[in-house]
Amino acid sequence: MSEQTAIAYHSPRIVTRKVRRIVSTILVTGLALGVLFLFLLPMVYGIVTALKTDSQISKIGAPWWPASEAQYEYEGKSYDVYLVPVDGELHAWALVNKGRQVSYFVDPENPEAGLIEWEGSWRQLDRAWQPDFQWGNFTKAWNTIDFPLLLGNTLMYASITTFGAVSSAALVAYGFARFRIPKKDVLFILMLSTVILPGAVTLIPTYFVWNQLKLVGTWLPLIIPAFFSWGTNVFLLRQFFLTIPRDLDEAAMIDGAGPFRIFLQIIVPQSVPALTAVALFHFFYAWNDFFGPLIYLAGNPEKFPITVGLTAFNNLYSQSTNLIQAASLVSAVIPVVIFFFAQRAFMQGVVITGVEK
Amino acid sequence: MTAHSKLTVKQDKTRRKMSPLQKRETRWGLVFLSPWIIGFVALYVLPMLASFYFSLLNFNPAVPDQAQFIGFENWRRALFLDEEVRLSFVRTLRFSAISLPIGLLFALFLAILLNSKNVIGKNVFRTLFYMPSMIPLVATVLIWNGVLNEQTGWINVLIERLTGIQATGINGLRWLADPRLVYYAYTMFGLWGVGPAMIIFLAGLQGVPTELYEAAEIDGANWFRRLIHITFPMITPVIFYQLVLGVIGALQYFLAPFVLNRGTGFPEGMTRFYMVYFYKQSFTFFNMGYGATLAWLMFIVALILTIILFGTSKYWVYYAGEEKS
Repeated sequence: MSEQTAIAYHSPRIVTRKVRRIVSTILVTGLALGVLFLFLLPMVYGIVTALKTDSQISKIGAPWWPASEAQYEYEGKSYDVYLVPVDGELHAWALVNKGRQVSYFVDPENPEAGLIEWEGSWRQLDRAWQPDFQWGNFTKAWNTIDFPLLLGNTLMYASITTFGAVSSAALVAYGFARFRIPKKDVLFILMLSTVILPGAVTLIPTYFVWNQLKLVGTWLPLIIPAFFSWGTNVFLLRQFFLTIPRDLDEAAMIDGAGPFRIFLQIIVPQSVPALTAVALFHFFYAWNDFFGPLIYLAGNPEKFPITVGLTAFNNLYSQSTNLIQAASLVSAVIPVVIFFFAQRAFMQGVVITGVEK
Repeated sequence: MTAHSKLTVKQDKTRRKMSPLQKRETRWGLVFLSPWIIGFVALYVLPMLASFYFSLLNFNPAVPDQAQFIGFENWRRALFLDEEVRLSFVRTLRFSAISLPIGLLFALFLAILLNSKNVIGKNVFRTLFYMPSMIPLVATVLIWNGVLNEQTGWINVLIERLTGIQATGINGLRWLADPRLVYYAYTMFGLWGVGPAMIIFLAGLQGVPTELYEAAEIDGANWFRRLIHITFPMITPVIFYQLVLGVIGALQYFLAPFVLNRGTGFPEGMTRFYMVYFYKQSFTFFNMGYGATLAWLMFIVALILTIILFGTSKYWVYYAGEEKS
């Protein structure tokens, strides 16, 4: 309310500044919207394509939205519907009687009017399309690649390793944050340096050992390493543990609590946001994991996680663009939904690991 | 009271030889570090050493008894005889030289855009720009594979509708089949993973003290000059960190060429990157001795690149008032 009076009292200069502010808001927000539109366009493409029929995708002149060529039932027979130009207007009429120079149509909105004569070659006409969403593509993709199995495997893998990664990283981070250990700084740097070590350099002997133990083809080579704590996770948790005041530990210590009890009763309850962030990191990492399962589960399709299963599906059905898009989208649903609910904790974690290092 | 006296006792003894109390503390500390120490030895140190030993063998895991010690023969082959090692490495570098700068600049562009005080609904934008980073990479690659399809993909259809240039069809933009375009297509897949870098940059931008901008504004510096002379230097640590991770990640680039064409290198071998070649040697031909050599070479290259990056960092990375440890 006071804004208008304010404008009235102020000099024209301030008014122009306000106008400029509004204009730049519109321009910058518009730019952001435009970039976002282009950025998410492939996703819209994926959704739309997943709902199309096989034939629509490659047909020239088909609309961009999921549709099929319209048909009209007239006197017990089915006829194709065309777009007929009459007096500069397009009418969606069903072609009943084809002719070289003259064809006969019926208007689906007014069939009682009977046949309409139209002069011209019906071959030149465009087909009329009607919206037709193939929700069945999702069911088809779901069944063809046995999604319940893949999802089950992935969920199993992601939950077990998330538990392992969070608990081991929390223990190690507690060790780094709270105890005086000789050469602790060196150990910490060593731990961080493993983050940038290319995985390939340890892969072959590790594979060989698992192979000797006859465990290649099982999930164990992928699950067990998660229980030995990973650098980024430890780093994030240590940073967080350092912010918890030591007074609490010390008070508990006087009450006779040992280090494990302090860890469980003081550190863990205080660090729920950081622990959530690490859990989310690892969960998404596991959901996305490809190279490890590809190598250790090769030839065991009943154990595949979703990423490897999706690749195998793509190799078999590379012509069915709609099914591949449907399958890809289904594989993305769970991480995206979790992200929407937990984005705050998650993004904070990303920032802590990314900025402070 | 008691707490206080206990503390002083502890502090007095830190300088001397380890007291029983501190020994106990160290022991407990090592107990908590043990998952990492065991993992570090069993999953990093020993496999790395073993990997080096493997690189001196002619070795197939199917017939481990027939392993032969051949000295540095694998190394000689990788460094001097096998052209594909050099070629795949050059391809990896060429692709990184395109995708890394574009990816980083895009992340920085989004961060600056969303940090602007003139944007309405920042949080919504941030979430939506982050969202595709959550999609499994395999799905991302397959979705982009569709949208970049030369005939039916929307990118070409859109280019054709907007500019009138023929983009679809055999003479159009064959994103994934034209050797000149394929690295740009792969770079586009990568843009969907912009999320983490974007919000790390955003946090970096929000950490720039506002006094600096105010002072510059009084001095009459325009938006662009403030960007170049304040924003950029202040977030160089973040750029540096992203660059190190990006280079290491680029060396190991594998998924897209494997998912799209099973590592055949289509088109014209352009996508047979170093990691793809490593995978082929190690897990298709099971030449694990040679594979271990390739892995060690990658490690050495990664190490050299990291050292170079750290070496250059003192010339361009700005650490506000703090010594780098």
